[in-house]
Amino acid sequence: MGKILEINGPIVKLELPETVIGEQVRVGELNLVGEVIGREGNTALAQLYENTEGLRPGEAADGLGYPLSVELGPGLLNAIFDGVQRPLEAVWAQSGDRIARGVQVHSLPRDKAWHFVPNPSLKSGATLAGGQVLGTVQETESIQHRILTPPNTTGELAELAPEGDYRVDEVIGRVKDRRDGQVHKLQLFHRWPVRTPRPYRRRDHAVKPLLTGQRILDTFYPLLKGGKGAIPGPFGAGKTMLQQQIARWCNAEIVIYVGCGERGNELTDVLEFMPELIDPHTGRPLMERTLLVANTSNMPVVAREASVYVGITIAEYFRDQGYDVVMVADSTSRWAEALREVAGRLGQMPVEEGYPAYLGSRLAAFYERAGRVEALSGEFGSVSLIGAVSPPGGDFSEPVTSHTKEIIQTFWALSKELADARHYPAIDWLESFSGYVPQAARWWAENVDPRWAEFRAKSLELLAESEELQRIVNLVGVEALSSEQRWTLEAAGLIKEGLLQQAATDDIDSYASPEKQFALLEALLRIHDEGMKLVKMGASARRLLQVPLLAQARRWKSQYKSEQLEELKAKIAEIPDVFEKLAEEYEQAPQG
Amino acid sequence: MKNIEFRTASSAQGGLIVMSGVPGVSAGSRVQIKDHAGRLRNGLVIRVSDDAVLVEVFEGTDELDLERTWVRFLDEPFMLPVSRDIMGRIFNGAGHPRDGRPPLVSSDKRNVNGEALNPAARAYPREFIQTGVSAIDGMNSLTRGQKLPIFSGGGLPHNRVAAQIVRQAKLLGEESSEFVVVFAAFGVSSGDARYFQESFEESGVLNRVVMFLNLADEPVIERLLTPRAALTAAEYLAYDLDYHVLVVMTDMTAYAEALREVAVLRGDVPARKGYPGYLYSDLAEIYERAGRIKNRPGSITMIPVLSMPSDDITHPIPDLTGYITEGQIVLGRELANQGVYPPVTVLPSLSRLMKDGIGKNYTREDHPHVASQLFASYAKALEVRGLAAIIGAEELSEGDRRYLEFANAFERKFIGQGEDDDRSVFDTLNLAWDLLSMLPPEVLIRVSEAELEKYHKWQAAAEAV
Repeated sequence: MGKILEINGPIVKLELPETVIGEQVRVGELNLVGEVIGREGNTALAQLYENTEGLRPGEAADGLGYPLSVELGPGLLNAIFDGVQRPLEAVWAQSGDRIARGVQVHSLPRDKAWHFVPNPSLKSGATLAGGQVLGTVQETESIQHRILTPPNTTGELAELAPEGDYRVDEVIGRVKDRRDGQVHKLQLFHRWPVRTPRPYRRRDHAVKPLLTGQRILDTFYPLLKGGKGAIPGPFGAGKTMLQQQIARWCNAEIVIYVGCGERGNELTDVLEFMPELIDPHTGRPLMERTLLVANTSNMPVVAREASVYVGITIAEYFRDQGYDVVMVADSTSRWAEALREVAGRLGQMPVEEGYPAYLGSRLAAFYERAGRVEALSGEFGSVSLIGAVSPPGGDFSEPVTSHTKEIIQTFWALSKELADARHYPAIDWLESFSGYVPQAARWWAENVDPRWAEFRAKSLELLAESEELQRIVNLVGVEALSSEQRWTLEAAGLIKEGLLQQAATDDIDSYASPEKQFALLEALLRIHDEGMKLVKMGASARRLLQVPLLAQARRWKSQYKSEQLEELKAKIAEIPDVFEKLAEEYEQAPQG
Repeated sequence: MKNIEFRTASSAQGGLIVMSGVPGVSAGSRVQIKDHAGRLRNGLVIRVSDDAVLVEVFEGTDELDLERTWVRFLDEPFMLPVSRDIMGRIFNGAGHPRDGRPPLVSSDKRNVNGEALNPAARAYPREFIQTGVSAIDGMNSLTRGQKLPIFSGGGLPHNRVAAQIVRQAKLLGEESSEFVVVFAAFGVSSGDARYFQESFEESGVLNRVVMFLNLADEPVIERLLTPRAALTAAEYLAYDLDYHVLVVMTDMTAYAEALREVAVLRGDVPARKGYPGYLYSDLAEIYERAGRIKNRPGSITMIPVLSMPSDDITHPIPDLTGYITEGQIVLGRELANQGVYPPVTVLPSLSRLMKDGIGKNYTREDHPHVASQLFASYAKALEVRGLAAIIGAEELSEGDRRYLEFANAFERKFIGQGEDDDRSVFDTLNLAWDLLSMLPPEVLIRVSEAELEKYHKWQAAAEAV
């Protein structure tokens, strides 16, 4: 038992001998929770996850004997947790509209029974390894929860419960550790410390793209399942919308959305619209595969720092069950700021913009927890990590963005200029990059069309060229361009409006299957090629620009659903005819 | 504890005093300080340990004589007494009346810092609020429970715009008297404060306004309390008395500067431009108090006003604000100089919640598309204007010249409107169609063909040619 010596914002100095760094503490009469972040002799420094107003020196403090951990078991999906995994719905029921301090609620519901089906291949006396599948619980219609032995538990299986309904804290088995003869209880859930990555057998290559249904992401700057990506953007550039689109449509099996220091209303939006949406891959409500970790900007800052670790640990847990998991962290800048705030209170030497020197290494270690692995259970699973970055003033050279850029492989740069022109998603096609194109190309070639890489490169080239031309136009007007240049400009415009722009709020356009994406890409390039043929023959671009096809092609994306691929392909087949007619017209017209 | 006066101040400097030998003080507690002349000052405990207590003195530490300073620890945080009688009253940042009337007597006191709303308890903002200003209603609509700041600059008419919104704001199809207004002004000149007071008085809304004022020459630390006190009153009105509350706060820049001033005194590590690293969290504590709660009829809609230092939208204050609020209305100097009022620069303006508050069930079915088309057409028109500045308007093509005319008419007629011009959203939408009809239908690809059929004035467009 210790006591409080000093209170300085969320940092308290405690007289607490024999504590270890990282240990959870309960402090004061309000029972506020925090963790030890430093020690000196008999005193310990702790950061509290809750507001310290009203705390007094001399009040009691006690170590809890374990680090910040999460409960992993059935009941995770469909839930909304705060930054230290308190279930917000249950907290609401207990303490009302405002989050009271010192609330103690179990992360996983204790009153709910789950139907457990034991793993038939496990018999008493079997050798149990850490992370092995003990059995299953059908948690939601679309997700089967695989109950795992805790990664650090091994031994001889003494007993495993028969099929039946169990609550998470009921004992469903016993395992005898061969090393010391101790018997450990097995439950439907176990705890894991959030700052320790969960172990796996080995890392494996990421091979499949994470398909999001967003054309600029999938077709131009792909991310792989198990990859690391970042979305940097100034405010108002559509960062949130893009992340919600990814959470909505991506072909991962589990989606974890961490709202770290973001708006309360955004989470409400997710909570309200997700249950209404249907997962295009399973036909079930999206909420069944989703869980939210919410530390809104007005919630205590220290819990914000913890929230991303809570999220990633849960992600790893589902990965270990053999699932492809996507975790979206919105926003890592707020996480870094929380780090900075605590560092400042500890009097640590600030380096760039007040951030502590360890910002880069912490970020790198965090992103390193993404990846595709062979789990201890032998299953393959992946965690794809997408971090939003909120650079101050949209300046990508600031510390968080520049460190992140060095770590991640896919960079979706949002641009204020595009957003101001209402070009959504406002992803800058020149600033963005993806290091996963070769792997993605293999997948597209095998599953959609072998010409994917070629077409992708060609359209990017076209876009880059048009950027050059646009500069000339801005100086001297469009009349100064040759017909070929004008046609290039037009084709790039077609790609921007007919392919890159995608309306999240449009029922049809919101999601595009890979096949539809490729069909559109092919169609627009075909228009460019056919037109360019004519221009090279001497036709004037001015005449070509009047072709109604150009306006029509811009609407195709929102006219044909992903299932109406054949109709879209029929349109593509008609393209050459349109230009042939023009060619005839041109040949008949008097030359000159 | 409350009744004991301590005379153990061991140092006083720059607004902070250190007290020693005071046991059992709670963090964040209020403090009363009596100086040698018997004058009372207010303070707050910001750091406390067994042997020393750091107190921030609101009125500053000037003329404090350590030996003749008596300090009393009130053992409670800053509380605002609330009752129905706050309506029509004027208070200072600490909640004391400044309208010459007696202080509020109520046993119901609220901690001005509030407590974080549980995200699970929030209800999503939806209903459309009509401000009567076309640039806002038509293209950046405000919804109930939203926080939509006005980004302005020195010398721009943000106060007039804010006052106009307060006078005109109403909900469609319901009685406008449902709206009550909490108005907080901090760091403003007495002239500005008087302008608001008179403007509310003249338009007869004063009896449903609660005002919190902290003038530019009043204590800086009290400035930090003013928005909190105002929001505490707003929460009481919204969630205890079921009102729809519109909170207008000006000027958030003054607030952030006060925060920086205090942070420097405390010795906090500066982040950008000397502002403390917790500026974001601190602003969020204020802005996030807007919203709606499930199963409660009331709501808090917030319009904070801030002036961008040297019109720089990337300055930390507008920048961090933009990351927290649900959009922004940007006022521009260029339009103001051309005599356009309100000078709303629409392209960088944005309302994130607009999509959920307009359209079929809220305003009119064509609203989302019209707004999108106006943005697209005006963006294109500005490009043309830029080109015309280089190559001359004569060199423009026929189509481009139409855009130029569109831009001019849009700025004068749609954005520009009188200070007393209260336009319904339907008038705004009709006006938008009048303007869009200046452009040929085939370039209007963001509206549907059916909408073109219904609203585009083909005939008028043809005649205009």
